[in-house]
Amino acid sequence: MASVSYNHVSKRFGDFSALKDLNIGIEDKEFLVLVGPSGCGKTTALRCLAGLEEVTSGEVMIGDVVVNDVAPKDRDIAMVFQSYALYPHMTVYDNMAFGLKLRKLPKEEIKTRVENAAKILGIEQLLKRRPRELSGGQRQRVALGRAIVREPKVFLFDEPLSNLDAKLRVQTRAEISKLHQRLQTTFIYVTHDQTEAMTMASRIAVMNKGVLQQLDTPQNLYDFPANMFVAGFIGSPAMNFFQARLVKEGTYLFLDTGDMKVKIPESRAKIYMPLAGRDVIFGIRPENIHNPQFAPPGIHAEIVKTKVDVVELMGFEILLYLVSGNTTFVARVDPRTRFAMGDNVELVFDMDHFHIFDPGSDPENPVAVR
Amino acid sequence: MIRSRSRYLLYIPLVLAALFFLLPMYVMLVTGFKSFAEVNLQTMWDLPQAGIKLDNFKEAYRNLAPSLGNSFLMVIPAAVISSILGSINGYILAKWKFKGADVIFPLILFGMFIPYQSILIPLVSFMRQIGLYGSIPGLVLTHVIYGIPITTLTFRNYYATIPKELLEAARIDGAGIIRIFTKVLLPISLPSFVVVLIWQFTSAWNDFLFAVALTKPEAWPVTVALNNMAGSQIIAWNVQMAGSFLAALPTLVVYIFLGNYFLRGMMAGSLKG
Repeated sequence: MASVSYNHVSKRFGDFSALKDLNIGIEDKEFLVLVGPSGCGKTTALRCLAGLEEVTSGEVMIGDVVVNDVAPKDRDIAMVFQSYALYPHMTVYDNMAFGLKLRKLPKEEIKTRVENAAKILGIEQLLKRRPRELSGGQRQRVALGRAIVREPKVFLFDEPLSNLDAKLRVQTRAEISKLHQRLQTTFIYVTHDQTEAMTMASRIAVMNKGVLQQLDTPQNLYDFPANMFVAGFIGSPAMNFFQARLVKEGTYLFLDTGDMKVKIPESRAKIYMPLAGRDVIFGIRPENIHNPQFAPPGIHAEIVKTKVDVVELMGFEILLYLVSGNTTFVARVDPRTRFAMGDNVELVFDMDHFHIFDPGSDPENPVAVR
Repeated sequence: MIRSRSRYLLYIPLVLAALFFLLPMYVMLVTGFKSFAEVNLQTMWDLPQAGIKLDNFKEAYRNLAPSLGNSFLMVIPAAVISSILGSINGYILAKWKFKGADVIFPLILFGMFIPYQSILIPLVSFMRQIGLYGSIPGLVLTHVIYGIPITTLTFRNYYATIPKELLEAARIDGAGIIRIFTKVLLPISLPSFVVVLIWQFTSAWNDFLFAVALTKPEAWPVTVALNNMAGSQIIAWNVQMAGSFLAALPTLVVYIFLGNYFLRGMMAGSLKG
């Protein structure tokens, strides 16, 4: 059990910068998820911690020790790979015992540990089989078992669920969460799937293009994304963005997209007042757009006229793809809504939950204003 | 219907090709069974008239027995040692890319393209200097060295198909460069070993040039002995053919019993999961 930290870590592959000045502090027993699109540097960050890549500059620490020059086997970590990377010629038992044998643990100790791990994972009856005789889900468990028996200070996971089918993935997700509860060890988990990140993490580090975008709890990432990238990455369907101008009329502040105009509640207006007259990005999540008939009471509702392009019935909700002038956006509305394609409809924006991003801060990835 | 008929049509050229390649084998066998008087060009395609006689084979065996032994003594270490060296080279070249690996690998392969005739004289004088000229170990050494390019290539290509995660998992589990090789890669290298062993066995067994240049009569392998069995005046073709068959037998047996592995190994990027 140990804390982990990245201090000003950079990693270059030739001319390509995979990690740029990465700073993350991970507490003991934390479940940290590194998430981002492919090529964002999340896997490189994990491999630098595992010792499979050397950092170009900066420090990687496990506990109080700088491990930059420590071999992978001496870092006291265990890793679960996306492809599982089981030794094909060894039985499940030997796959799990391999690391312990190399560490010259006594035979009885190895046996106890392997059997315990097998019991935790429910694979006791598979110990004599070889990997090729196992299903994908079973192989995945063996890969987990190989990590568990080592009793490492830190567990590393590199997209361990991406080779499983959807149903098994959801199931295994819950099991990994339980495993974290049970083992009380630091988990560091890499995925490109924001749902996985949201459901399992105690904190999430969102990365893009080698740069850490935001590090926070899942709820805070969802409620207070630091910039447009995070806002668009966390949440599904993704947040809607509109080009808009902040217009001051009297004491009121409006967001005007050209096709629609919504009033900002007074409580939040003063935050944005300094930006009055400027072009901004206005963001609102699909779940904060409602059918007026079923809108929750007491919200600052702003009515918007729009046209339904596509209706997707999901059972427990309906996704509306809407067109307003040149912009398209998505709303997630009550399943009792009866809209058809092509209807001109009125919806309400819940103006207690919206986001303003200032393109003046960073045109590539505007920063949230709050 | 149409599909199965075209299937049969496919067999015709295949069978013809197989027959064509088996013709010399046929002549060798029937001649081997004939008596000396029966052997002549006009009747070379005919079956033996006096029934099947094993005398020729017995005589050929008497003549060739010591050199058959020499061949085995030479071929087995030559194949095994060059396979082991090839697997080590292949492992390092495929999985531990070091500075200059991109130069060294082509240089090793270059060895395959040197005509053996061009190095015979320096080879003989080198063997004299290190005191191995004329002996079986000298021939073994030569075959080992000339086997390294092809064995290295085969193993390198095979190891390149092994996912790097497998080695990384082993590194994290605590295995170093040597133990990753012995505990993780070697046990899954059987297909490549079969390919390389068959290949090396066959090429060393069939080699005549190095053998005739490097060995003295007591160390002759069977290819050289067979050549020298022919008398200077009269050639006893029946005994010669029987001897040829005996000389060819081991490589045939190896191929018949391990041929399936050979094909499979050649195909294999295999080994998933």
